Amino acid sequence: MATSVAPLLCCYAWTKTLLEQLAISTLNGVIYGMLLFMLASGLTLIFGMMGVLNLAHAAMYMLGAYLGYQISKTLGFLPALILAPLALGIGGALLERYGLRRVHQHGHVSELLFTFGIAFMIQEAVQMIWGRIGVPYRIPSALDFPLFRLFSTPYPAYRIFVLLLAIAIFFGLFAALSRTRIGLIIRAALTHPGMVSMLGHDVPRVFMLVFGAGAGLAGLAGVIGGPIFVTSPSMAGALGAILFTVVVIGGLGSLPGALLASLLVGLVQTFAVVIDVSLDDVFKIAGFTAASTGVFSDIRHTTVAQIAPILPYLMLLVMLVVRPRGLFGSRDV
Amino acid sequence: MTQPALVLADLRKDFGKASIIRGVSLSVTAGERHAIIGPNGAGKSTLFHLISGRFPPSGGTVSLHGRDITRRSPFAINRQGLARSFQVSNLFPRLSVAENIRCAVLWSSGHRYCFWRWADNLADVSARVEDVLAQIGLKQRRDVLAGVLTYAEQRALEIGIAIAGGADVVLLDEPTAGMSRSETSRAIELIREVTVGKTLVMVEHDMSVVFDLADRISVLVYGEIIATGTAAEIKASKAVQEAYLGTVETDD
Amino acid sequence: MTSTFTSRHTGRIVWAAAIVLALLLPELVASKTALTKMCLIGITIVFALSYNVLLGQTGLLSFGHAVYFGLSGFTAIHLINLIGQHQLPIPVLLVPLFAGITGAFFGLLFGVLSTRRHGTAFAMISLAIAELVAASSLILESFFGGESGITTDRSNGPAFFGIDLASQLQVYYLIVGWGVLSAIAMYAYTRTPLGRMAAAVRDNPERAEFIGYSSRMVRLLSFIISAFFAGIAGGLAAINYEIMTATNLSTAASGSVLIMVYIGGAGFFYGPIIGAILISLIQLSLSDITPAWLLYLGLLFVVTVLFAPAGIAGLVERHIPPLRAGMLHRLIPPYLLSGGAGLVFAAGVIALLEMNYHITLNAHEGPLLGLFWMKVDTGQPMAWVAAIIVTLVGFYLFRRTWPIVANAWNDLDSRQPGDLR
Repeated sequence: MATSVAPLLCCYAWTKTLLEQLAISTLNGVIYGMLLFMLASGLTLIFGMMGVLNLAHAAMYMLGAYLGYQISKTLGFLPALILAPLALGIGGALLERYGLRRVHQHGHVSELLFTFGIAFMIQEAVQMIWGRIGVPYRIPSALDFPLFRLFSTPYPAYRIFVLLLAIAIFFGLFAALSRTRIGLIIRAALTHPGMVSMLGHDVPRVFMLVFGAGAGLAGLAGVIGGPIFVTSPSMAGALGAILFTVVVIGGLGSLPGALLASLLVGLVQTFAVVIDVSLDDVFKIAGFTAASTGVFSDIRHTTVAQIAPILPYLMLLVMLVVRPRGLFGSRDV
Repeated sequence: MTQPALVLADLRKDFGKASIIRGVSLSVTAGERHAIIGPNGAGKSTLFHLISGRFPPSGGTVSLHGRDITRRSPFAINRQGLARSFQVSNLFPRLSVAENIRCAVLWSSGHRYCFWRWADNLADVSARVEDVLAQIGLKQRRDVLAGVLTYAEQRALEIGIAIAGGADVVLLDEPTAGMSRSETSRAIELIREVTVGKTLVMVEHDMSVVFDLADRISVLVYGEIIATGTAAEIKASKAVQEAYLGTVETDD
Repeated sequence: MTSTFTSRHTGRIVWAAAIVLALLLPELVASKTALTKMCLIGITIVFALSYNVLLGQTGLLSFGHAVYFGLSGFTAIHLINLIGQHQLPIPVLLVPLFAGITGAFFGLLFGVLSTRRHGTAFAMISLAIAELVAASSLILESFFGGESGITTDRSNGPAFFGIDLASQLQVYYLIVGWGVLSAIAMYAYTRTPLGRMAAAVRDNPERAEFIGYSSRMVRLLSFIISAFFAGIAGGLAAINYEIMTATNLSTAASGSVLIMVYIGGAGFFYGPIIGAILISLIQLSLSDITPAWLLYLGLLFVVTVLFAPAGIAGLVERHIPPLRAGMLHRLIPPYLLSGGAGLVFAAGVIALLEMNYHITLNAHEGPLLGLFWMKVDTGQPMAWVAAIIVTLVGFYLFRRTWPIVANAWNDLDSRQPGDLR
């Protein structure tokens, strides 16, 4: 996958490869972005309505992937697609009802601590049940074939299935928010938090439903994302920061923002991984070589692909410091 | 006339499309007790927030002792000698009563961000804390956490925090709100006592308090001051009667 | 602080006794492994206390406190190596001080970014910084030594009045010395004007601005002080272990100090000390018995967040007024009743977790699991049924007996209104 940019600049013949890589990376980036949106939508709704940053959201995604793996091994992929998100949804609703609601009186810091504890426990439980290394969660055989060719590369059908499912969820979510009564309450709670309880609706129940739905969506993303990415205990930690980045960039409680930020972060992440350029390469092209050792040499030899895992944290930090209300938000984090 | 302590010039505040404060100009003489009255939603608290730096104004200026303090941060304004209380008690709930007062004294007695001396051993601070505790009548309750005080005690502490730092311009936002008659009369005495020699600007709902305490009164209606004058002048003002007082008298 | 522990007099006696105990401990427990454990606990106490300058004192929830511990630790290792090469004319004994200064420097650097905000935003920024530093540490190999970390030899430096730090006992006393100094300094900080204002800003950052203080500046200074003492802990760790790896500044390390301090009780100065000792002991003993100990730790943490948000120290404080009033004995019967039910419930939960763990990870060892004092055959459905029954019965009994405890408390509270708050 990885290609160095330097030869590309000289060799015209490689342009086709470049285009091919561009197309594939774009498609992969969009799929990744849509998957991120499935997670970020729940997170941002919970955040926007309840002011709770659910630190366990990525852990629920991981649990979804592992449950998906376990259920598909015994019952098959389709039952996994339904049962795992359902289990997580119920679990999430119970967490809200018997956990979050209890600590709510002690303020946001306590809520944050509670979700942190849950994330910690899920992490440990997953390692306890399925081990510290990953599990072989494979693409279901019914969907394991190349659907079409992009230039010369066959493109897997499963990824297109994931894309279609994510798009379906996206439209379903928007329909639910704009057409149903609960959707109306949720939108009111997003724009005027604190006011909704005065409308006389059963707001705690809505919170419980939203938290459950968010957990369910995270589980679904885990079930379908697990076979594409590695299903291992480190997947939650890696995804957590990316999710927070998406939510912060998109703006508190803003679904369109979450969608745009998901796609943006998905594409940036996907492209960063395939760019194999370091500062040193840039220096060479610019025509001078610097001889230094130590930390500076480490920095110079670091490729963009190597810093790809850092990028979301960097984006998160810059966003929180420079523009905490995000691109589409109306309130600060 | 002495020099004005606080001058507002054409102060404005918009929230989105709504204009809450629409060009307020006011001059408060040093040593004066000035009350701002007006119906609910007239923008009295917002006006205080603009003066004390909680919100930046959309237009106009605020000056304190002739120095421009518009758009300064609350702590910068406080350091210039303006302190305020809040309509809803705004204390340090997990600190004791004495600690609440002590914190309010620290900056003005020059200890600032000091982390090399014991706060309890600062003689000047402790003396001031005792004075204020005695003034607001909470000496017996000094070790009680502020969060568990009774409502009237919280209101007294609220005033205590505002005056503890020795600011010479004090803004009190509805100091008697929600109090019974006897509590109110005690609160008036307290205010009278602690603001001797200071400039006082207060928002107040209770007309008897206002006419009793204030040297001059301004009437704020829908973000504009429609009249300023002594109690007698305000009572006589036709505009005020139409806009405001009429409703109060039928209340009583 | 809001501590109502005891009169100042008794408080001082307790502190003095604790210090004397720390000094005598190597004489009382003369085993080498115990000494190693005590060194670890000492370092952890300093680190936990430094974290509480943020959480308990200033009200800032940080998910990245190990950054300051770790960065200072790495710096300390490099310093000791320089001392060993005779390039730095300071005794190794003073390295923790320089490590503290390193911590304070990074505290200033990252504090400027994060202390503009508080609450959730601060927590997120701290997390972003922690992940950023952790990820960078793997890239900047020449300073952090990559996966394997960097090492040093503390005894390489010149001996200072005969102290060459070659023996673990000398290291222990070094840790106690720096630890006691740091603890006293951090306690003193809570009593200074800035320390008091930190508590005020924690309670009500908005009002603090109207009494002349920039809440942001108070948070920043507190943050730097906290990072300074975290740095001292990091320097002590560098001397003690003679190695630093990227895990020392990972978010896992940050999470563990948070858990310790919270379980110990962030609202009280001595809470983090209890937490550090307790969690370290749990870690040292349980990690040998069950690999699932982190899960139990997480469970304990969540239970604390839900049911005892003031931590162990808060529970202790809660019992002091009835103790003073001589009415503590009234609580003992309900506690025994409810506690017994709680133990049954806990035993059921532990049995289920351990059996589950056994069949998933240790299946190759056969179906037999040594649980408590029994051998449990995880291949038998009856074993599972029994464990489930124990859990459910324990839960039911606990739910039934807890109101008795609550009533006993209500009874006490009504006898001495006000005093027992």
